[in-house]
Amino acid sequence: MDKSMTSAAEAVADIKDGASVMLGGFGTAGMPDQLIDALIGQNVGDLVVINNNAGNGETGLAALIKAGRVRKVICSFPRQIDSHHFDAAYHAGKIELELVPQGNLAARIEAAGAGLGAIFTPTGYGTLLADGKETREIDGRSYVLEYPIHADFALIKAHRGDRWGNLVYRKTARNFGPIMAMAAKTTIAQVSEIVPLGSLDPEVVVTPGIFVQRVVAIPQASGALA
Amino acid sequence: MSRWSREQMAARVARDIPEGAYVNLGIGLPTKVANYLPMDREILLHSENGLLGMGPAPTPGNEDWELINAGKQPVTLLAGGAYFHHADSFAMMRGGHIDICVLGAYQVSTRGDLANWHTGEPGAIPAVGGAMDLAIGAKQTFVMMELLTRQGESKLVEACSYPLTGLRCVSRIYTDLAVFEVGVNGAKVIEMIDGLNISALNDLTGLNLCKQG
Repeated sequence: MDKSMTSAAEAVADIKDGASVMLGGFGTAGMPDQLIDALIGQNVGDLVVINNNAGNGETGLAALIKAGRVRKVICSFPRQIDSHHFDAAYHAGKIELELVPQGNLAARIEAAGAGLGAIFTPTGYGTLLADGKETREIDGRSYVLEYPIHADFALIKAHRGDRWGNLVYRKTARNFGPIMAMAAKTTIAQVSEIVPLGSLDPEVVVTPGIFVQRVVAIPQASGALA
Repeated sequence: MSRWSREQMAARVARDIPEGAYVNLGIGLPTKVANYLPMDREILLHSENGLLGMGPAPTPGNEDWELINAGKQPVTLLAGGAYFHHADSFAMMRGGHIDICVLGAYQVSTRGDLANWHTGEPGAIPAVGGAMDLAIGAKQTFVMMELLTRQGESKLVEACSYPLTGLRCVSRIYTDLAVFEVGVNGAKVIEMIDGLNISALNDLTGLNLCKQG
C-alpha cells in the first residue's frame, strides 16, 4: 500500500466541476496552499467549499475564490479584515454563503466522519441561524437538529505523514484536519515530509491512515510559514 | 464621577477568576483580561482554534504563524499546554468543561440573553465564528462592555433588539459604570463606580435595577 503521490497536481487531478471540497485551516494556519494552487491550475470550477473562513489575503482559499472557482462557501466566519476576495464576490452575487456556528461546523463534519445521521446541538437555539430547524428538549435543555456535512474531497495540511497515510500535525495548524480527513470520500494531505513506516510514534499519531487516501510531500521551512 | 477605564474593567474581571479555572477570553476587549490575571493563580487560557495553556504574544521575530489564537494573532504555549483539533476544542466548550468565558456584547438582556454577533444591518456580511458556542457552552459566561453606546443608549436592556447569540446564557456583566448579576430574577447591581447611585443608574439605563443583597 502506497498512498504517496509525486505531485500536488497528480493528487488533485480527479477533482471535477461541482465537487464539494473541505479545506483544512483556520485563517492561514493549516491551509493547504499548494494543493489549492494545483486545483487552480487544472481549471475546475463550481466548487462547494467547506472551511472555517472564506479566505485570507491572496493565498489558499482566497486565491481559489479570486479565480472564480467557488460557487458556495459553508463557513463560520467569512468577514475578516483580509477577506476582500470573498467580500467582492459576495456583494457581486457571485458566491453563495451558508453560515454555520463554528462548533456546529466541527460537530457536523465530525458526525459525517463518524457515520451519524444527525446531531442535536444546543448551539444556535433561539437564534436566526436555527430558524425553521427542528428542535427538541432533552433533559430540560433545548437543542437544534443539525445534519452532517459530507464532502467529495478534503484537502488538508499536516506536518509529517507516512505512505499508509498516518499523520501528525503542527501546533494550531491541526484545527479541522483530523475531522475533515474522516468526513470526506477522498482525503488528500500535504505534509512537509513523508517518513518511513514506523517512524511516527503510534502513540502520537493523530490521524490514522485509514482516513487518508493520498499524501503529497511539499517541503517547506518550519516556523513562520504564513 | 469617573468611569472605570478598559484596563480597570479588565483588572476587575480578572479578580473574579479563581485558581485552577479554565477560561476562554473572547476577541476584542476581553483579551485584555489576560494581562491582569494574578501571578499566584494557575489559570489556563483556552483558544477555540485548538490550544489550552495559551501564553503571551511572542517577542518580535519569534512569531510562528502555525501557533495562533482565535483572533489569528501569534501566541505562545505555556509548558504543560496542549494542542487539539476543532471538534475536541468545541466539545470543551459545549460540553461544559470551560469554567468561564468572557465575551464582548452589543446588548445583554436583564435575563441574560446575549446579542454579540450581528447588528442585522442590511448588506452586511454575517459572521458568527464561535460566538454562539462560547455563549452557551461555558459554565459561566461573563460579558465585558461599556454600559452605554456612543449615543447614550443602554446596552443592558429589557429585551435585545439585535439578533441573539444565545438565550439566558450570561450571568455577569462588567461595565465601565457598574458590575451586574443577570438571570431569571433580572439584573442586580453588584458594584458601582464612586459617585453613582441606583437612581442615577436607573435613569441612564431606563431599567428598574436593585442592589444585590
